Amino acid sequence: MSLTLNKISKSFKDDVVLDDLSLEVPTGKTLVLFGPSGAGKTVLLRLIAGVIEPDVGDIIIGGCNMEGVEPEDRGIGMAFQNFALFPHLSALDNIASPLAARRQDKSNIQSGVEKLARLLKIDHVLGHKPKELSNGQKQRTALARALAGEPRILLLDDPLRNVDAKLRFEMRLELPRLIKHQHATVIYVTQDYKEAMAFGDEIAVVNRGRIQQVGTPEDVYLSPANMDIAQLFGDPVINLLEVTPQMGPNGLHALVSDQPLALPTSDASIAGRSCVLGLRPEALHFVDAGAPGAIPVTVETETPLNEKTITLAMTARGREVMLSRPAGTPGPTTGPAHIAINHQVTLLFDAESQALIPSNDLGTAGKVA
Amino acid sequence: MQTMNPIERILRAVALSLVIFFFMFPIFWIFLMSFQTNETILRVPPSMFFEPTLTNYRSLISGSLDGSTATLEIQFMGNLYNSLFLSVAAVSVGLILGVPAAYAFAKLKFRGSEDIAFTLLSFRFAPPLLVLLPLTIYFQKIGLADTYFGLIWVYQLIVLPLILWIVRGYFEDIPSDIEYAHRIAGHGFWSTFTKIALPLAGPGIAAAGLLAFIFAWNNFIFALVLASADKQPVTVGALAFITASGINYGQIAAGIMLSIAPVFALALYAQRYLVEGLSLGAVKG
Repeated sequence: MSLTLNKISKSFKDDVVLDDLSLEVPTGKTLVLFGPSGAGKTVLLRLIAGVIEPDVGDIIIGGCNMEGVEPEDRGIGMAFQNFALFPHLSALDNIASPLAARRQDKSNIQSGVEKLARLLKIDHVLGHKPKELSNGQKQRTALARALAGEPRILLLDDPLRNVDAKLRFEMRLELPRLIKHQHATVIYVTQDYKEAMAFGDEIAVVNRGRIQQVGTPEDVYLSPANMDIAQLFGDPVINLLEVTPQMGPNGLHALVSDQPLALPTSDASIAGRSCVLGLRPEALHFVDAGAPGAIPVTVETETPLNEKTITLAMTARGREVMLSRPAGTPGPTTGPAHIAINHQVTLLFDAESQALIPSNDLGTAGKVA
Repeated sequence: MQTMNPIERILRAVALSLVIFFFMFPIFWIFLMSFQTNETILRVPPSMFFEPTLTNYRSLISGSLDGSTATLEIQFMGNLYNSLFLSVAAVSVGLILGVPAAYAFAKLKFRGSEDIAFTLLSFRFAPPLLVLLPLTIYFQKIGLADTYFGLIWVYQLIVLPLILWIVRGYFEDIPSDIEYAHRIAGHGFWSTFTKIALPLAGPGIAAAGLLAFIFAWNNFIFALVLASADKQPVTVGALAFITASGINYGQIAAGIMLSIAPVFALALYAQRYLVEGLSLGAVKG
């Protein structure tokens, strides 16, 4: 079932939580709602589930307007961030709840629950009450309950938020498989950009009640609509440097530590305007002093992580930049060094509006050359 | 708790014993009195040692008080039955009306809900006599005076606000997400109320019911004004023990023992429901 949200607005008293928000999820696709807390993601899920009503706007599921349709009649499954298990019922009865609502007979319910429980590895704790379950087991029980009714629309509200790191990693691998199994249309809420990139067919970035960008994970990462999104996606966070583009003999460029850097746009009108250059840490690398475009820096600290090494360096003008390189590759750990910028993956933002200045595909052109 | 040293443990035991002694001694003394005759009760100095007798209980149950000069017919067992019937009926009506109302006040914030809830609570502020005088006139006009129905109705003034305000707090403590989850799983509003909200507020409902029962049981003034002899509860009926020929302490003590017994038994029974808390670990944090 496809899901369409049409110009939804919702306020609580004077607090505007969702503001004229429209969204479309095609049947069987997974849309990740990504945004900081307080962005309105959870409210949006509740509106779709029907437990609260929008002030304005339509929610359309499978072509039917859901206005006035009770939550129990919407064919939705939902996993809550806080699990919201029924505390007085066993895990089995919790999971069986959507099946019991359909007045299926006992043996059907039993076999359905057991199948799901085996899949989620909670079949040994089905007799336990929620308070006797670990957080991971609670989370899986909540997930099983959401899946049990074979919903047309599956709403997952940050289901991995409250579980430990190991389980989160496991579930990140398992969940997409489970979701694909269901053939449901999925809305997945998260604040973790890695989860967003891993699960989403599309990502909708929400902030302050508005959709800021909708696109594939690649789109959002490679051409974030604004500086906020660029900073939210990527770890370590993107380097942002204030620059003023100039028109030179070789086209538009900016001076970074007195070295000219070709910009990803040929829009001459931005010359002289105040802009912000976005450099992903992996777009910077150490070079020898004599290399073309080499920028002198002082290496301040180095943080080796498992799969990559993060270096914090300071330019001659005192601007700090972060570099990321695969672990095991050599690099200076302290003192003076030189870096170069891979100009094919730079991003340019308007300093005033913070919006991305569209590139004219310098990246692709560069690859072809 | 585990690291308590022996001195601390002894002091704690002594303190607890003192508290229990302070509160329980009068009841214990009345218990002893109920097995004594007037002579042994009134001897000086009083003593814990006596020959127990069941005459007090026997005369209460048979309904004839043997005073020093004459025999007085009283309907103590009838009063006890009236108390039981009035209290059980009043609390039942109070629960049937109060629990759904408490749910509405807790979960469905409608226009004026706070005002209505407060108005109901304010019934508890008014001195009962202020309400009773006009009420008696009304009741006599519409034929409700001296009826069980009328009494149970008036008892709602005591019972309903109590149930409403206690149970409302328990309903408010149920996270809305749990109810939402039940709705989304495909259950209707009524089913969510009966299968989720009621069981989770169970301890609160039990506590409110018990308190309401105690208040209804101990009520004196409403029944005194509105009920005639055959409908009087035990609180009013006890007045009959004060007779012109003197006060029979043994029989009063036995009467007290019999009249606190139902409340005591109910409290013991309801205790296990009261202990079970709301925080059953369904929701993280």
